[in-house]
This record gives sequence, C-alpha cells and structure tokens, in this order.
Amino acid sequence: MNTASARASAPRSADPDSAYVSLVDVTKKFGDFTAVDAVSLDIRRGEIFCLLGGSGSGKTTLLRILAGFETPSAGTIRIDGADMSAIPPYERPVNMMFQSYALFPHMSVEKNVAFGLEQEGEGREQIRRKVGEILELVRMSGYGARKPHQLSGGQRQRVALARALVKRPKLLLLDEPLAALDKKLREHTQFELLNIQQRLGVTFIVVTHDQEEAMTLGTRLGVMNHGRIVQVGSPADIYESPATRFVADFIGSVNMFEGRVRGADAAGVYIECDELGCTLRAEGAASSAAGATVWTAIRPERINIGRQPPADTGGTAENAVRGTVREIAYMGDMSIYLVQIASGRMLRVTLPNVTRGADRPLTREESVWLFWHGSSPVVLAE
Amino acid sequence: MRLSARAGRRLVAGIPTLWLLVLFLIPFVIVLRISIADVRLAIPPYTPLFSWHHGTPHLELHWDAYQFLLTDALYVSSYLYSLKVAAVSTLWCLGLGYPMAYAIARAGAATRPMLLMLIVLPFWTSFLLRVYAWIGLLNYNGVINNVLLYLGLIRHPLALLQTDFAVYIGIVYSYLPFMILPLYANLEKHDQTLLEAAADLGARPWRAFLAITLPQSLPGIVAGSLLVFIPAVGEYVIPTLLGRPDQLMIGRVLSDEFFENRDWPVASAVAILILALLVVPILYLQRLERRELGAK
Amino acid sequence: MRSRRLFARSALALGLVFLYVPIASLIVFSFNNSRLVTVWDAVHSPTLKWYGVLVHNEQILRAAWLSIRIALVAASCSVVLGTLAGMALARFGQFRGRLLLAGMTTAPIVMPEVITGLSLLLLFVAMEQLIGWPRGVGAVTIALAHITFCMAYVTVVVQSRLTGFDQSLEEAAMDLGARPAKVFLRVTLPLILPAVASGWLLAFTLSWDDLVITQFVAGPGSSTLPMVIFSKVRFGVTPDVNALATIMVLIVAIGIVSSTVWMRYQQRRRERDEQLAAAANM
Repeated sequence: MNTASARASAPRSADPDSAYVSLVDVTKKFGDFTAVDAVSLDIRRGEIFCLLGGSGSGKTTLLRILAGFETPSAGTIRIDGADMSAIPPYERPVNMMFQSYALFPHMSVEKNVAFGLEQEGEGREQIRRKVGEILELVRMSGYGARKPHQLSGGQRQRVALARALVKRPKLLLLDEPLAALDKKLREHTQFELLNIQQRLGVTFIVVTHDQEEAMTLGTRLGVMNHGRIVQVGSPADIYESPATRFVADFIGSVNMFEGRVRGADAAGVYIECDELGCTLRAEGAASSAAGATVWTAIRPERINIGRQPPADTGGTAENAVRGTVREIAYMGDMSIYLVQIASGRMLRVTLPNVTRGADRPLTREESVWLFWHGSSPVVLAE
Repeated sequence: MRLSARAGRRLVAGIPTLWLLVLFLIPFVIVLRISIADVRLAIPPYTPLFSWHHGTPHLELHWDAYQFLLTDALYVSSYLYSLKVAAVSTLWCLGLGYPMAYAIARAGAATRPMLLMLIVLPFWTSFLLRVYAWIGLLNYNGVINNVLLYLGLIRHPLALLQTDFAVYIGIVYSYLPFMILPLYANLEKHDQTLLEAAADLGARPWRAFLAITLPQSLPGIVAGSLLVFIPAVGEYVIPTLLGRPDQLMIGRVLSDEFFENRDWPVASAVAILILALLVVPILYLQRLERRELGAK
Repeated sequence: MRSRRLFARSALALGLVFLYVPIASLIVFSFNNSRLVTVWDAVHSPTLKWYGVLVHNEQILRAAWLSIRIALVAASCSVVLGTLAGMALARFGQFRGRLLLAGMTTAPIVMPEVITGLSLLLLFVAMEQLIGWPRGVGAVTIALAHITFCMAYVTVVVQSRLTGFDQSLEEAAMDLGARPAKVFLRVTLPLILPAVASGWLLAFTLSWDDLVITQFVAGPGSSTLPMVIFSKVRFGVTPDVNALATIMVLIVAIGIVSSTVWMRYQQRRRERDEQLAAAANM
C-alpha cells in the first residue's frame, strides 16, 4: 500500500480494543481450491463493513465462515473477544440475512420472526412483544399472519431482516441484501437499512458484488480478489486512492498507464509515460526509486477537456495531452468522451452536463486538450 | 456439543447403511458362497465351506454348478433367450416411449401434468393384475381374436398367447413408464431455440431432430433403456403367465432350480451369472444417476 | 415440424390406448356373467355376481388382510430408513461410505427380483443357523424383505426432493439457534413431507403388489394376496380376480386423481397469492 491515505486507513495496527470482530490468517480450502487465502481483518463495533468482490472472490465463503457454516482450514476468528472456532452456528451470537432470504415457506411472518426467540426458550408474552416491535421497526406490522409467498420481494426482504435482527445479534451478516430487488426499490431500501442499523447499533458485515451498494452502505470496504483482501478503507479512500490495479479497475472506470519514475520533489513524483506522451506529476504519492516501473490511474471525471491548452501549464508536457474526440455517449446527467491520443490509446473522460446548451458542445473528430490537476493521478502499488 | 452433532450425522447415515449391508449386500456374499458348494441331502442342502479331516480344515470349493450351467444346452439357451427378450423388449419400449415422451414434453404446460399422471397411473395398480389382463386379451378365445374375427380380418383365431410376442407385449406394457419418465425428464429440459436456430440455418425438421434433439437426449435414452433392460433380463411373472412353456427365461430357471429341484448351489450359480452380466449396466446406470443429481 | 409433432402425438394416443385397454377390459369383464372371462354373456350381464363370490372367498380375504398388515409395516419402516438415507445422501456432502450407501439404495430398484428374493432367503436361512433368528420364514421375513426394497424407492423420492429445495432454509434455522435435530423437525421435515408421504404410498403399493421376492421369503402359512392371485391365474382366467382388480384399480384411481386435482388447486391458489403480492408491491 503505497499511498499515504491507504496506509492511514489500514486497520491492521488499529487499537485492539476497537477490534470487535477479528480474523487472523483465516484460510479455507476446498480440495485444491483455496477459496479464502490467509485473510486477516479487524471490524469495529457498530460499523457497516462491506466485503466487495466479484463472483468466486471468496467473499461469500468468508461470510459463511463467520456464520459457522464452513469451518476454516486455518486461522482464528474472535467475536467480542470470544474464540469462535469450536462454536457451531446455532450457538454463535451471529445472525445472517440470506441472499434468497430463506424465509420458512410453511410458517407465517410472525412464526418466522419468532423462530429464533423460541430456540432461546423465551416466554410466549415476551416473544410476542419482541416480534411486534421488530415488525414495527421494519414497517411490516400488519403482515404477521401472512405466509412468505403472499409477500412482495421488498416485503420479504424486510421480514428476513426482522428475523435476523430480533435476537439482537452481536453481528449481523448480510449476503447480497439488495440483489433480489429491482433497481428503484433497491435505492430506497439502502437508506432504510442504514437507518435501522443506526437505530439498533448492530455491527453489520455486508457481502456484495455491487460497488455502488458497497459505497452507499459501507462505513468501510474490504475489496476481495482470489480469496485475499486486497484493500481495506473508507469508500472515499478506495475510490480516490486505489492501492492496486485490480481495485482501481474493479471500482468505477479508470484510465491506467504504465510508466517509469523519473524523480520526485516537493511538488510530487514525476513519471515518464511513453504511451501517454507526457510527464505525469502525482502529488502526495510515496516516492519510488528512480527508474522503477509503476502504474498510474486517473479517474475519467478527474480529467478536464477543452479546445485550448490549460492556461497554467502554458503548453508544457506535464499532466496535459492532445487528442481527438472519437466517440461521445450522452448519458443524461453526464457525457462520456472517448479521446484518442497520439499513441493511439483511447482515454475515457466524463463531464457533467451542468448547463443547458451553454457552450458550443464538442463534436466528434474535434481536436482537444486533456489536462488534469496534480492530485488526480494515483500511483498504484501493483 | 459439536461431537453430538457429528454423532447424530453418523447415526443418520449409519442406520440405513447398516440395514442395507445386512439385508442387501451380505446376502450376495452368501449367494456367491453357496454357488461354490455342492448339493447334499441335509439341512441346509449344501456342503459347508470347510470340512475337517483329522483336525485340519479343508476349504471345499465346488465348481460343479457353474460347469453344469455353462455346458448344459438348456441353460445356455435360456440365458441367451433372456438376453434376446430383454433386448427386443427394450427396443420396442424405446420405439413407443420416445415419441410419447416427446409429445408430452412438447405439450402445453396445462396438459403436461395430466399426461404424466396418465402414464404413471397404471404403475400404481397391481403389476400382476395388469399382466393378467393380457391373458384375457391374447387368449385363443380372447378379446383381440374376437374383435378380429368380428371385423372379418381373420378366419381362425390366432395363437397369440404363449408366444415370444406375448412376452414382448407384457414387458413393454409393464415397463413403459420406466422408459418414458427419464426420457421426458431429459426432453423437457431441451432448449427449443436450438431447433429454431437449426431451422433458421436451413435444416429441415427431421434433420434438425436427428442433428440436435436426438444426440442431446442420449443420456435419457440410455437411462430409460437400462431401467427396462436390467430387470427384464430376470423377469419371472410375465414369461410365466404369457410366455412359451417350451422356452424358459433365466429367472424362471433360477426359481425352478430352487423350488422344484431344491438345488441351492445351481440356483445360486444362476443368480451369480445373471449378476455378472448385469453388474456393468447397473454400475453405469448409477453413474448416470449420480451425474444427473450432481447436475442439479 | 408439424409432421414430427403429429407423429409424436399419434404415438402418444396409441400408447395411452395401449396402457388403458387392458385395464378397461379387466373392469368390463368383471361384470360379465359367464365363467369364460372373455366371452360376453349379453343375456345375463352386467352382473355383480363375481363381486359376491369374491367377498365370500375366505382365502382371498385372509391373504388381503395379511398383505395390508405387511404393507403398513413395510411402508412405515421403509419411510423412516429411506428418509434417513435420503438426508445423508442429499445433505452430508462427501462422507465416508457415501458411495456404498448410494450404490446400495439404487441397486435394489433395478435388481431382478428373483436374485433379490433368493439372496434374502439364503440370508434368513444362514441367520437362523447362526443366531437362531428368524425362526422359519413367514410374515416377519416378508416384512424385512419388503422394507429393504421399498426403502430404496423412498430414498430416491426423498433425496430428489431434498436436492430440489433451497438448503439455506436449513442454514437459516441453524443460524437462528436451532440444533440439527430441531432443524430437521421444524424445517426440513415439514418441507419434504409431501415427498415423504408419496414415498410412503409408493412403498405401500410396492409391498402390497410384490410377488416374486415374497414367494422366496414366505412360509407355508403366510400367503399374501399376490401369491394367491398368482396361483389362481397361473392356470387361466378367473372372473372373481377381475372383480378384485376392478376394486383395486378404482381405489388407486380415486386416490391418484383426487390428490392430483388437490395439488393443482393448491398450486393455483399459491400462484394467485403470489400475483396479488407482486401487484401490491410495497
């Protein structure tokens, strides 16, 4: 992790008191396949931690290990200080909301929610009170007598949430909580989920493949690839300062260039990039040895586009390059420009469509300047 | 706590395994063991595995039963005859069952369960009585002959009962659902757009069927055929009620050797020889089924 | 494409005729007056004469009663064993002995019955020699044999139902604090109950119907209904068997048809509920 901000957010050296859930070198092998590879992770009390990754990245296996459905091949897991290794799922202070919701089809909503409390042997009055409260919290009060198949997708999701929360677990695991909902409902539910989490203060671990979902829900994100956690940080950290090419590429879209470090001074690190045809100056990047080969990423929205060269650089070959607009995609709130530079490489640039019909819009095949601020390029670790 | 959960699982898997070991697998070992004994007039009517001579045990192995079976023309012919009957009946079953399964798989979603129910319904009624029904139909003065005479298609009643034909009819009739169900399960999964694509590329319907549907349904064909062929080889009731009195099938030979001749070693050797023939198809069928369940 | 469909449809029609004509003829001739089953006596038919003969046939009634008792025992025991085996095969992953259990549960289904029958009898004889039990063959050995081959069918039915349903339901129950036995009783069993019930019915029917295996393991005093029928029909047709067949077909048909209709009604109600729920989204 080369960038300073990524290092600051890395939880490894964090105060041990704040580590509510802690995983040390957790590994899970299925035969020859390593699904989870030596993952160490600390999660703080009351936070929403999102595990983000593609299919097969190991995020779901990690969640199932936390729930107790899979036994890790190596490593230890502690929740609130207690070692979980020998604790079966039915004795863990952990509840899970399944991707399919897994509502018992033969039980009413009330019975579904009460199931967990009944296993604790609580009194009937108390169970009824708690079920009523939690159903009220998820706004499903009138639906207690219904069967799951009589509910819509959004309602099922809320019942599943209520069922998982009613025992007030120390940790709630959510497996793709919004994947089964349609797009409009998803946005609304996201905020509702945040609201409920804040009211109850339960620690959430959310598994998702959807970066937008992870960004809005998570207080912190862990990006997974090939069974490893490649970066941990706040949504802004991950987006603004991706540590690796994988993270930069996985989260949002990005332009990446290979280059050679020329040197560094107070203004930043200077990187020669043949493909780009200009020198990249990256402010605040940790300096690598001169001559080292590094990758640099620039987000499309951090690149400016104009007919004139940028005034302050005066046409120098630093953080500015000439190109020709090849494609323009109008997306409503913004437009995407594909600009070809001298080397033949296409760069992706996005501009918000803020004013209506103000300037003369750029057209295809128009010659333009691309330039960006020194804080925009991010030097990647690998 | 964890141990008790594991012990529970061991119990769940262990009880049925133990039951089948004792009542399914070990019996075959006993059959094998008796097949290499010799008959004797005693209870039980076969020689023990060890005999004692001057205090030392002697292993008694008798291959007489096998020798007898493999050289006696009567047994060899009934063995081959059983294979022929099972093979021919399986082909008939396939010829009738395939288009039936195809028609059901392509029927409307509303009629499909109805049709499946009609196929399975006879299976729930007595097998013995359904075979018995064919006696009444195939008899010399039975329904079929009466109808044909009435229509003037024949002048004298045909000898239908106690023929190979009657046995084929009986087997096809009794085992048809076993052919149709796996075929249907396979055909139902086929992607119709493949045929449309083939038609779009210029394949005529029958060609498209031969090039696309048939090869894809091969697992269903194999599974259905094995489900008919394997039990048909050892079929006892159908040939006894409908078949020729002069040519026995191997299942009947086994039963007669055991009950009529009280020759346990020969009966056991017959069982072993049938098994030797069927063990490969049975294992193959199990592999097919495992793959089918795994695919889910 | 049309010609192929036409061909398939006529084959289906022909096949259904083939399946049902024999059953229909059984029923029709049960009302025939003549002792010659297949010659319709138009003068005195239809008649219920053979039904009268049937209900006064002591031998048949006794055999039917024995068959019912054996089928009840065999179905109930095989459902328990088959459900256990189905659970193990569908839920325990790759445990030691899995291949053995899987092989032993599918083999009895295709195994020629003469072989199963012979091997079971030889087992019972050997057991009696070794441990003195079972003492001779009879109802007990018939039941043991029936349980063995019936449980194979139950296992297949239960296993395929279990592989068909979402395993996360069981995980959810466990996650909410239910121990494995409780998970089975509260979640798994209620959900596979239809499969268990049809497994029981299937086992009952198979036990009630079995002739070949039963012949091997039955004793002199323990003739089941199929054995009595077989000894009667072996030497030609007898009209009272037609009457018996008609009664049996009627019971099965009523049972199957009404259960199918009921299941379709349930399904349709469920679909309607789901549509309503989807329409009232949020």
